[in-house]
Amino acid sequence: MFWVTARRILHTGVISFWRNSFVSLASVLVMTVTLFVIGMVIFVSVILNTTLEDIKNKVDVNVYFTIASPEVDILRVKGSLEELPEVASVEYISKEEALETFRERHKDDYLTLQALEELSYNPLGGRLNVLAKDPSQYESVVSFLEGKPELLSAANPNGIIEKVNYRQNKEVIDRLSRLIAGAERLGFAFAGVLILISLMITLNTIRLVIYMSREEIAVQRLVGASNFYIRGPFIVSGVLYGAVAAFLTMAIFYPVTLWFGGTTTAFFGGVNLFEYYVSNFFQILFVLAGLGVVLGALASFFAARKYLKV
Amino acid sequence: MIYFDKVTKKYHDNSVALEDVTVSVSHGEFVSFVGHSGAGKTTLLKLLLAEERPTEGSVFFESANVHSLAMGDVSRLRRRMGMIFQDFRLLPDRTVYENIAFAMEAAGRSDEEIAFDVPHVLALVDLTGKEWNFPHELSGGEKQRVAIARAIVNQPDVLIADEPTGNLDPVNTYEIVQILKKINDIGTTVLLTTHNKGVIDALERRVVTMDRGRIVRDDDEGKYVL
Repeated sequence: MFWVTARRILHTGVISFWRNSFVSLASVLVMTVTLFVIGMVIFVSVILNTTLEDIKNKVDVNVYFTIASPEVDILRVKGSLEELPEVASVEYISKEEALETFRERHKDDYLTLQALEELSYNPLGGRLNVLAKDPSQYESVVSFLEGKPELLSAANPNGIIEKVNYRQNKEVIDRLSRLIAGAERLGFAFAGVLILISLMITLNTIRLVIYMSREEIAVQRLVGASNFYIRGPFIVSGVLYGAVAAFLTMAIFYPVTLWFGGTTTAFFGGVNLFEYYVSNFFQILFVLAGLGVVLGALASFFAARKYLKV
Repeated sequence: MIYFDKVTKKYHDNSVALEDVTVSVSHGEFVSFVGHSGAGKTTLLKLLLAEERPTEGSVFFESANVHSLAMGDVSRLRRRMGMIFQDFRLLPDRTVYENIAFAMEAAGRSDEEIAFDVPHVLALVDLTGKEWNFPHELSGGEKQRVAIARAIVNQPDVLIADEPTGNLDPVNTYEIVQILKKINDIGTTVLLTTHNKGVIDALERRVVTMDRGRIVRDDDEGKYVL
């Protein structure tokens, strides 16, 4: 009997979703707005997080050596840096490589290249790019180098390290991190309010849909139908609103992410939204459909309850 | 079978809908309740259906006090009563067939029973061929016949008809009354409320006359005397 009842409830719910197509359309659209807002929050947080991550990864400490420093000494410093537990990797860029990179970067700048040709020697020193395991550990890496005054050319005429560029980088990066964190907080507060408003509208729409059926519910009660039997089809319709709205939202996100993908990557760096959308399609659909289905079912459940006390 | 024991119903504003009403209905009877608007006829039926609770007194259906039943038992009780109303109260988004099938589904009947009984009962109220019409595509008389078909399809012990002819023309009224008589003839108890003098006089059955919440007459083969 349970399965017969379940099948009838399912059937009635689907039929009434279809027959009351205008009401269903309105509910689906309202719910789509809610899911769209939630989806946007997901995408925006992905952009902000990957951008922040990207920037953090770009933080490294460059140790510049004097032109005269012999490669052996530089490699010795490299070795001692690599022994530090905070250091993830150390990359050595030789004088020649540095010159090559410089030439490459200024290939359209004839004036600079000409000036370089005028010089009979390579004016660039070697350098070490130090990457720490965590950005907060640069401080101790830099302190380690600054704690060896015999290496610093500023303190010792025979010192081989010309400069460590950590301080000026740090300031810029700290400011960016703060900016992103602030934007994230503001964004989430704003999104929270938007989500709340659209949730209220969705709940209210479903309440209205069921309000329109209150006579019908009363008749069903009088015919002797159980609460479960009356409420079931409304919940099925609610679930359908949520599921259809989730698919619709995903369809809308296709052109939206396609359009925003390029723009945001160019502006923020970080991940391309469209690629993220494509590669996480099913996860996002699952989250949105889950939310939509639960929202629709709960809204119907509570809205119908009011009219079941006949 | 049905027994109203010193029933009083007062509403929140202290208006009295029923006052100290005692009346009993036996199995297989056809009882008409007549009276002006506000006499308490509909309230009496609502109390029997457990749609409302009495302020004082009790209502019994067979041996059960209707108002001390649990919610599930109330649903079961209602399945033993068929109801028709002045405004038909059909489910607007379902076809004639589905409206009738719904009452059977609610009573837990099988698909085979539904497929067999619905055409049968539609033939009884002369609506064969209208199975797939929606209520808004039917005339008033046809809607009321669908309502009757829905009310009797579960073979209820009691048929409750609250002003069933209130919205109908004389021809349809006559037809509905004939159907109600037929239903009573096969053993179903019928409770009817009406304003319609012609209906009462044509029935020649028991008439309970009400006025301002009280029973003022109870005649075995009554006439409309208000």
